[in-house]
Amino acid sequence: MTTEIILQAVATGLMMGLIYALIAAGLSLIFGLMDIVNFAHGEHLMLSMFSSFWLWSLFGLDPIFSIPITILLMALCGVLTHYFLIRYILKAKMLIQICATFGLSIFIRSIAQFLWTPDFRNIDKPLLEGRLEISGIFIGQPQLFASLVCLVAFVLLYLFVTKTETGLALQATAQDRHAAEILGIPSDKMFAIGWAIGLGCVGVAGGMMANYFFIFTDVGINFALFAFVAVALGGFGSIIGCLYAGIIIGLVESLGGLLIDPSFKLLYVFAIYLLVVIFRPQGLFGRY
Amino acid sequence: MDKLLAAKSEPLWNTDKRIIFLISGLIVLLFALPHFGLNSFYLHLMIMIFMHAVMAQSWNVIAGFSGQISLGHGAFFGIGAYATSFLYVQYGISPWIGIFVGIILSGFAAILIGIPMLRLSGHYFAIATLLIGISFQIIFQRWEWVGAASGVWVPMTSGDSWFALQFHSSKMPYYYIFLVFFIITFFLVWILSRSKLGYRLRAVRDDPQAALSLCINVSNYKIIAYVISAMIMAPMGSLFAQYILIIDPDRVFNIEISIIVLLITVLGGIGNVWGPIVGAAILIPISEYSRIYLGGTGGAVDLILYGLILMLICIFRPEGLISFFPKNILERKKQR
Repeated sequence: MTTEIILQAVATGLMMGLIYALIAAGLSLIFGLMDIVNFAHGEHLMLSMFSSFWLWSLFGLDPIFSIPITILLMALCGVLTHYFLIRYILKAKMLIQICATFGLSIFIRSIAQFLWTPDFRNIDKPLLEGRLEISGIFIGQPQLFASLVCLVAFVLLYLFVTKTETGLALQATAQDRHAAEILGIPSDKMFAIGWAIGLGCVGVAGGMMANYFFIFTDVGINFALFAFVAVALGGFGSIIGCLYAGIIIGLVESLGGLLIDPSFKLLYVFAIYLLVVIFRPQGLFGRY
Repeated sequence: MDKLLAAKSEPLWNTDKRIIFLISGLIVLLFALPHFGLNSFYLHLMIMIFMHAVMAQSWNVIAGFSGQISLGHGAFFGIGAYATSFLYVQYGISPWIGIFVGIILSGFAAILIGIPMLRLSGHYFAIATLLIGISFQIIFQRWEWVGAASGVWVPMTSGDSWFALQFHSSKMPYYYIFLVFFIITFFLVWILSRSKLGYRLRAVRDDPQAALSLCINVSNYKIIAYVISAMIMAPMGSLFAQYILIIDPDRVFNIEISIIVLLITVLGGIGNVWGPIVGAAILIPISEYSRIYLGGTGGAVDLILYGLILMLICIFRPEGLISFFPKNILERKKQR
């Protein structure tokens, strides 16, 4: 076990972590806004990867250039999800809310499997290929680019939520939707915007990952599970917490796989979740 | 709230006469049914309905009565399946004993999982159980002692055997075994729902704060419900293993098991003893027929239907299909 191998694992973990962070940020935004956990988050990620794949295979658009289209499609998907499903279950019991988004996840995954079969696909010869070597550590170019894009998207999301008027309106709705409504912030519209942005984040992550990841209908499950863990770790509803949490998860996954046993990677991450929710239910960075 | 706490256990015979007739009629009908010349497909269909009704009933106890949503209930199914098959294959112990070992193991697992996890509530618990369910699958996939990913193959006996719980000439014995478990579970859960424990569980579900202030130990009651629920689930895993005779982690710890129990219960009516039965009686035939007529392998048509039904129920009928029946008949006690 040399330092180089460990550094390699750290680099891989960091790059994956940034992607987990962005996916989790989308989940966290929606949760913080309306107290609904999107159990179909992984399926939305899968959809965004497929959108990127089909844009490449039908129109020859490279994933780097089709990113804006994927983001728009996912934002549209978020608005549709809100208007056709979430709107009706806002006042329902939590149990019904969980069942509804869970139903959505089964529905999307099986429709995708029905339409596109469970085959594994990947994008042949994308623009970004190959790897860089920095003093003995190999970094895949698409991975590096994807994590940088995710970081930029994360910063933009953070600035949007904390600095712009719409972002502040979102925060107001998240804190108290009735008070916000009295002040003239239509909560229904805010929820739709929240869903659009939340799934837009997923669109960025999925579109970038389509560059180097296998694309298949069950791809989202593990990412969604990691997103749940990241959101709990960072504190439900806290966006900046997601960044740290995503990176921690990425590091635990790759270092745990390297140092202990790679076949139990998922379990290390799950163990973090269980420890965090038991001993620090407000999350590592949450405050309440 | 007050009514819930003041209530004493309500004996089962304090039920509307029509319901008592319905239940006894149904039991007689179900016992007589195989003699009307059902072919083995229909027997299989009925067996699947019984099995899923019991599994959903188990989920109903934790989710419907005590209000905790477990998304990893497949774990207890798998524990039951592994307990019987493994004991029989390795040590030649009869599956009948294995069933009880499975029940006890599942109960212990529920205590171990429940004590830390049931302090959590709502989403945290749901996600935690989802992760635990998947962890079980991962661990069993890699656990060499129990056959890792290839699972346990139960050797076939040469003929029918009650000791080995294997019947090759006809599905009839399986039908009766599942039916008996189905009826026992129904009455158990019915008694539970009418008992003091059942009322307290509902108090915990509806308002944990108020329940706590009335000296109900909320987390203890949740753990009790979780253990009961796990113990109902385990024998179904055991019997299913004996029914198909090959078990592997991907089959018995599959997340689909946790999904389908949720779906059946929500479809039928959550928190109602009749819900899982109505749900299973409607959903299982739909799923089996859609597999036959719309092509099963890879097409996932039945899963599309599941997802759609689940969403539609949540939007339009969150109380489940049972709410179409007049509530006063189901719930009303005999006038004194």
